[in-house]
Amino acid sequence: MALLNVENLRAYYRTEMYGISRTVRAVDGISLELQRNEIYGVAGESSCGKTTLIKVIAGAIKPPLKVEEGRVHYQFGEFDVDMLRISPDDLRSNVRWKEISYVMQGSMSVLNPVRRVITTFEDVVATHQGYTDKAAFLAQTREHVRKLGLPPDVLNLYPHQLSGGMRQRVAIALATVFHPSLIIADEPTTALDVVVQRGVLQMLKDIQAESGNTVLLVTHDLAVHANVADRVAVMYAGRLVEEAPTQLIFHAPRHPYTQHLIHSLPMIGDKSPRASLGGRPPSLANPPAGCRFHPRCPHVLDRCRAEAPEMLRLAGGQRVACHLITEGVR
Amino acid sequence: MSANGKLLDVQHVTAAFHIGGLLGGTRLVAVNDISFALESGRPEIFTLAGESGSGKTTLSRLLLHDLDPTAGKVIFEGRDLATIRKRREALDFMKKVQPVFQNPFETFSPLRRVEEYLYDAAMNFGMARNRRAATPIVDEALHLVGLSLEEVSKRYPHELSGGQIQRVSVARALIPHPRLILADEPVSMVDASLRMAIVNLFRKLRDEQQVSVLYITHDLATAYYISDRIAIMLRGFIVESGPVEAVLDRPLHPYTRLLKESIPEPAPQHRDSWATHIDLGTTEVKEYGRVGCKFAGRCPHIMEVCRKADPLDAEADGRIVKCYLYKA
Repeated sequence: MALLNVENLRAYYRTEMYGISRTVRAVDGISLELQRNEIYGVAGESSCGKTTLIKVIAGAIKPPLKVEEGRVHYQFGEFDVDMLRISPDDLRSNVRWKEISYVMQGSMSVLNPVRRVITTFEDVVATHQGYTDKAAFLAQTREHVRKLGLPPDVLNLYPHQLSGGMRQRVAIALATVFHPSLIIADEPTTALDVVVQRGVLQMLKDIQAESGNTVLLVTHDLAVHANVADRVAVMYAGRLVEEAPTQLIFHAPRHPYTQHLIHSLPMIGDKSPRASLGGRPPSLANPPAGCRFHPRCPHVLDRCRAEAPEMLRLAGGQRVACHLITEGVR
Repeated sequence: MSANGKLLDVQHVTAAFHIGGLLGGTRLVAVNDISFALESGRPEIFTLAGESGSGKTTLSRLLLHDLDPTAGKVIFEGRDLATIRKRREALDFMKKVQPVFQNPFETFSPLRRVEEYLYDAAMNFGMARNRRAATPIVDEALHLVGLSLEEVSKRYPHELSGGQIQRVSVARALIPHPRLILADEPVSMVDASLRMAIVNLFRKLRDEQQVSVLYITHDLATAYYISDRIAIMLRGFIVESGPVEAVLDRPLHPYTRLLKESIPEPAPQHRDSWATHIDLGTTEVKEYGRVGCKFAGRCPHIMEVCRKADPLDAEADGRIVKCYLYKA
């Protein structure tokens, strides 16, 4: 029984200004399942629809973003949630933060800059659960922070007194106060140094291993996925092009885009020339017909220009959307 | 041409800032007694690598003559930058040393067509008297980066991809025929599928245009891929420097080792070693203020002497290491 089922999701931004209407197809037909107790990585370049996908999954759907089609269905322990139909009150009091929490890139915007870190914890707990005994709340929070390996003193500091890595770890501690079923981490370490990045991701992995919840890790950095994720999905122009267990996708990528991404990564100890793809990622307001990758694909067929490929299920839990496989070319 | 055959000669440069209030506050030495040189007539890609707060950007400001050093000298083609006073001389220096910045969407105004920057550069640096004369110069610079005037003319920054616009900023830098390009994190804002085009471009400039490149980055993987030599910075010091293969294939300084181990490798079969736990240590300002080796607080090989005085440069296995583990 999967934790989250996303079926054929289409979420578009529709704007109308001075009589000109514009549609940005940010998520255009995505199906995926998140299992319990796994780290699911989503990779893709900027403006491929990663953030829109997260917004819909987290239930943050506000105009001009509109879900046109599809289903986003959760099965938490005791209750089911249809994210596209849930009432805002229900979402706030029962789902957000308790079942789904969110860690974002610059956590300065999560923590109030003019109040001590502990006050932010207080706000979150008071809003989503409420507490009666302040001393018990303080003791619990200290214990929670200490268990995650942070010095409890950080609670009495202001956000600007923390280093970037410490701030990000505080944000993760904040996201896990209620032991949610799903933690969504959107580029959690992108602005951090490699050593700090390693520390922050280790903390996220430890929490996941201990509590057995699900982490949806979104980052453009494939090397992070290689070291953290259990399964990886690659997005291109609003669609999933490939999804597979981490070992498989790195050793035997099947989609030409995934192949390029993986083979172009520079590595210490290897100076052999790396190529770059021609062209540029397409505009989501006016994506190319057929397979969206076809204008940049080195192996393009006639069929790719006309018809969008279906997601195929291959052995080993790999899914790929590419005509080259149906045609038996590769 | 300089007498000693050096294009750029950095001699014991130090830059210190006073942070905090008028009274009290602390002295922060962002660049601490740094020396290195680039040979003239032998173009190379030299990487300055380090984490945030290591002094990379302050050093690049010193090299661009944007900031005067507290002590030491920066000598370009035999001329001490501190002696540049006249506008004419400053312009001459700017023609020879050109910067490329991190975020191309911030360097170009969103309301101005990108080709205007190229025409401006051509005319301000005296390469052409008017627009008509500047056109072939602009087109040639764009060809060097794999674009053409036709592709970029009448375009605003948002109409180009991150990779294209970063190539335009390299083209702009190439207009006055510089000897040295100083590129500060030039690919960190560029998408993965376009990144290698920029990185390969620097290689091409070195090989075909004889331009030296000072590549400033935190990304050791691309640094390994393009550079000839590398210097690893920590809290204002260069702790290890030498040929990139020596430094990154067999790092000697404990900090370089930690850095190399921490880079996530795009190879899931090696993930266990990356997952071994590390200590993140103290904050930046505390490490800057430390007496002795700045890495002492996190070093697994800490000795009594490390906390007492700055280690000296030692030569070991074809590179220079600033560490007491290696005899000076």
